Amino acid sequence: MPHRLDVLVCSGAACVSNHTADVRDALQSAIEAHGLSTEVRLVETGCMGPCELGPILLVYPEGALYIRVTPDDANEIVEEHFLKGRPVQRLLWEDPAARRIAEEKKQVAFFERQEKVVLSNCGTIDPEDLQEYIATGGYEALGLALTERQPEELIQIVLDSKLRGRGGAGFPTGLKWQLAARAEGDEKYIVCNGDEGDPGAFMDRALLEGDPHAVIEGMTIAAYAIGAAKGFIYVRAEYPLAIRRLEIAIDQARASGLLGEDILETGFAFDVEIRIGAGAFVCGEETALIASIEGQRGMPRTRPPYPSDRGVFGQPTLINNVETWGNIRHIVLRGADWFRSIGTESSPGTKVFALSGKITNTGIVEVPMGTTLRELIDEIGGGIPDGKALKAVQTGGPSGGCIPAQHIDTPIDYESLKELGAFMGSGGVIVLDEDDCMVGIAKYFLEFSCDESCGKCVPCRVGTRTMLSILERITDGRGTLGDLEQLQMLADTIRSTSLCGLGQAAPSPVLSTMKHFREEYEEHVQTATCSAKRCKALIRYEIDRAACKACDLCRKACPVEAIEGTPGEPPYTIHESVCIQCGRCFDVCPFDAVRIESGKKKQNEVEG
Amino acid sequence: MKLEDLRKIRERAEKDISLRRGDARVNVVIGMGTSGIAAGARNVMSAFLDEIGKRDLADTIVTQTGGRGLASSEPIVELHIKNEPVVVYGEMTDDKARRVVAEHIVNGSPVSEYVIEVRD
Repeated sequence: MPHRLDVLVCSGAACVSNHTADVRDALQSAIEAHGLSTEVRLVETGCMGPCELGPILLVYPEGALYIRVTPDDANEIVEEHFLKGRPVQRLLWEDPAARRIAEEKKQVAFFERQEKVVLSNCGTIDPEDLQEYIATGGYEALGLALTERQPEELIQIVLDSKLRGRGGAGFPTGLKWQLAARAEGDEKYIVCNGDEGDPGAFMDRALLEGDPHAVIEGMTIAAYAIGAAKGFIYVRAEYPLAIRRLEIAIDQARASGLLGEDILETGFAFDVEIRIGAGAFVCGEETALIASIEGQRGMPRTRPPYPSDRGVFGQPTLINNVETWGNIRHIVLRGADWFRSIGTESSPGTKVFALSGKITNTGIVEVPMGTTLRELIDEIGGGIPDGKALKAVQTGGPSGGCIPAQHIDTPIDYESLKELGAFMGSGGVIVLDEDDCMVGIAKYFLEFSCDESCGKCVPCRVGTRTMLSILERITDGRGTLGDLEQLQMLADTIRSTSLCGLGQAAPSPVLSTMKHFREEYEEHVQTATCSAKRCKALIRYEIDRAACKACDLCRKACPVEAIEGTPGEPPYTIHESVCIQCGRCFDVCPFDAVRIESGKKKQNEVEG
Repeated sequence: MKLEDLRKIRERAEKDISLRRGDARVNVVIGMGTSGIAAGARNVMSAFLDEIGKRDLADTIVTQTGGRGLASSEPIVELHIKNEPVVVYGEMTDDKARRVVAEHIVNGSPVSEYVIEVRD
């Protein structure tokens, strides 16, 4: 008997953290209790996208989308919906813009405005079931490549598609393939770069967890095209779920003759191995990643020679990012013309983005290149919460920059972002609102690059540290206008003299914020104030005497006992000399009596 | 496994996940309100599912709806076939369900003696 309901349970990392397994177990028991086991099937899928709203259930054939489901909801869903056919309204996605409950996924703008190519299987199939991947046309592209295409034809298709590397820099993928194919060596290697390290980036994780076979298939097609027999998938240890699903997928592919000695009985041999990284950011740089695969310390080296000539173990190596690999099977099956029909002329195809920061729909989305930031943030992302104003969009992580709100109609492609001093990067999009301090944001990213500098070259090791100490001085209210000049000079030097991309791009967050938000830097150094009220040294917490009800919550919340008062006897007071500006009193006060004031601590109290 | 074998697996696997495509040709809607269930709608649904499974009809889905206020005719089943008027069957049973699958869904001719309403 066929199932009449497919209940897809999002099991991406974010939903797993939100205890999706408990929801699944509760549903399973309720389904059994109602005698529906033969009629209703539970399917665990990869990330569906709106991570903020997890755990998520998608029920077919209706396409009903349940959000923030708890184990306690399981019985009601099974009894009302699965048994009686009445979807549980209170758990359905309510479109905040349309102010209506979406009866089906199709009605939700978050999904409708996207175009899923790379992520087409993410959230719709069980990534641990090879049959489901095959049902979506999986391994058809590999079969076609091995039986009906010559290696040169495949390289030509990728060249014609104008696919560009999705890891960030946007190098033409076909060219990389061609160089690796032409290079001479005893052996050749295929590498998947899954060392996703930007703060706020989780696109590769979603694809590896949600559709691991797509990455394996892309790599196998490339292996045939350039003549490689061995591949490595480099994933960081922080992605245990991605590693587990990759392991399962590799085992399944081997068992079915889709990896190994005689793939699809054509005589072609290729196999892949997972290499688990320890989480050093620099290992996302290709030469450092290769060193790490070889068992060396993950440090970059000068290029040339490029990996296509001398890569893993000194042999020609083709290295692409996870998302790039995910595009290959679609291009081989549907052709270069189809691919170029999506996106823009110079940046064809789609791009996966991870939306985070001050945005309503946090999560994973995929849109055609050329989509504007406004569409991405307002229409798909649901805008900025709490009625706040957009200030800037940070793209490209620590190697990228901030795009100010006035450029929100910029189309997203490699060139447009570069012109604004930002960077496509791997796809992390962090939305900043009026409450964010741009100097503080620049400092945050520089601190990251400084921590992650491998230390091999001086400009990066010493230069980023020096820039960071200047920024710390500025956010402490001790900066001078000369500091801004020095930042600029250091940034220029680091950019032009660092060994690898990490160092060369490390000053970008500072440069882009100095370019677009110079007035904020000047405010910090000239008046020692932070108008966003974020820099701890430049704000004071005070209690409004009239608003205080002496409820004692702030005193209890204060971790350093800086607040004094007696319950029922307002007002309370904060001792500035003790206060560490953690903001807990501000968060807990039910009467909005705690105020953040701009300006440094009063000198006399610091001394007293 | 050869490419032909892969394609055979795909054919079978596609049917297995056809519910998720949302492009079914036939939708069998069972009235599962209180009176429907009391009159035996569960058995009718099981009969439909069983017969659809036996005949391997991948383009047919079974869904439910609440009561329609026609309690005397329960169990009520609506047959929605793409580009055709909706046919409503009343007082359904296990056997009647199997006949509807064979004659209406497969052969395309409604079982007129069970029909209580036809609407566009």
